[in-house]
Amino acid sequence: MAWQWFHRLGSPRWFYEKTTSWLPWLAVISIALLLTGAVWGLAFAPADYKQGNSYRIIYIHVPAAFLALAGYYIMALSGAVGLIWKMKLPFMVMKSAAPIGAVLTFISLVTGSIWGKPTWGTWWEWDARITSMLILFFLYLGMIALQQAFQHRDTADKASAVLALVGMVNIPIIYKSVDWWNTLHQPATIKFTSKSSIDPSMLYPLLTMVIGFYCFYALVLLLNTRLEVLRRESKTQWVSDLLNNIKPESK
Amino acid sequence: MANPTLKNDRGGFSFLAGFVANFRRDLLVAARHKSELANPLVFFLIAITLIPLGVSPEKSVLALLAPGIVWVMALLATLLSLDGLFRSDYDDGSLEQMLISPQSLYFAVMAKVLVHWLVSGLPVTLLAPVLALMLSLPAEGFWALFTSLLLGTASMSLIGAVGAALTVSLRKGGLLLSLIVMPLYIPVLIFGASAVQSAVQGGAIGMQLAILGAFLALAIVLAPIAAMGALRISANG
Repeated sequence: MAWQWFHRLGSPRWFYEKTTSWLPWLAVISIALLLTGAVWGLAFAPADYKQGNSYRIIYIHVPAAFLALAGYYIMALSGAVGLIWKMKLPFMVMKSAAPIGAVLTFISLVTGSIWGKPTWGTWWEWDARITSMLILFFLYLGMIALQQAFQHRDTADKASAVLALVGMVNIPIIYKSVDWWNTLHQPATIKFTSKSSIDPSMLYPLLTMVIGFYCFYALVLLLNTRLEVLRRESKTQWVSDLLNNIKPESK
Repeated sequence: MANPTLKNDRGGFSFLAGFVANFRRDLLVAARHKSELANPLVFFLIAITLIPLGVSPEKSVLALLAPGIVWVMALLATLLSLDGLFRSDYDDGSLEQMLISPQSLYFAVMAKVLVHWLVSGLPVTLLAPVLALMLSLPAEGFWALFTSLLLGTASMSLIGAVGAALTVSLRKGGLLLSLIVMPLYIPVLIFGASAVQSAVQGGAIGMQLAILGAFLALAIVLAPIAAMGALRISANG
């Protein structure tokens, strides 16, 4: 009885119907947070004493990088859940998370490159964190490629889940790379246990953007997963009813 | 045959006998295709030759590039030989038999990977100092090159086995295999090439060799398990 809620979570139809009511809230919250953070950070936060205004790309670069790493964990964990409990829905989430993560990694690499030109003088540098983020991008691309390669949906899902889990070793390396190697990329400035070394007037808009990005990621992930649910369950009655706008009779 | 029933003296299945039986079989298969032993080596040689022709034959330039180039080409030679690791067994159905047999699949995979390393990674490692000579690698780098490649090619065979297991059921799996395995090879390459660089500059290589050894230890334990899961998925798909 206690596990009923957990097994209900595995039903694509339940997921689709539940998230229909969540989407508007999530959209409003994420857009509100993103707008607040962006305006605050771009217009109202003070200019850096050394970098001037060019540091403001941090408000996109840092949240994108956070989400790229977190997104890989989400992908790998949903793959693990699907492999262990043999549920359909986690695999759909895993499949949807791959392109989102790839785009976010790309954004963080490109914004980092744009930031690097005025501050470090170079578009690209092969230091530890940048290289390991590039490796993360390759891992995402490998996931997307492997998904497309198989004929059977089941095999594709399980093989991609194994690949995601094997690639998970890379994430701690990226995270700790700036501590292990003396590199050009700066070490962590936002700390949970001690005072952050970034000024609060810059920290708060950054945190707003980070939370806004998380909400936005959740929104996009839910949208993509809902699409995947419709795609895979297209032969069922409830999907054809939904698409033909036939409302279920009230019970 | 040493132990045809593969059972130990208490009546259970002997891991060692199973490992040895698989090892002997794969070694026999490899010995029957002796010409395939040359393929990774010839690739290694030709690929190394491309560098002076394409980049620069100047000794000073080559000496600068040599540590990394030899390591990259060794990596590519190992990568190209991975596709056939499980393929012939998958094609004739013996892979399925291995999967449903009561023998330990872990040791069957380990035996396969060991034979693969003996016929591709180890010859590449032995040839590497000769090719490094052609690229004017300074004398201090040779021992570091040999030891780092010895550890590194073993790790690469193990990690590559996971990729080979994932793509064995695909017809055109070769390029996809390279795509998914190369990001996993990059840490091994970084530390291996760093060991040779460090030796050339007169420094110690203990740290890099220790980390390469750690990668190998981790790969020995975890890679066959991942490969086993991937083989079951591929065979059922």
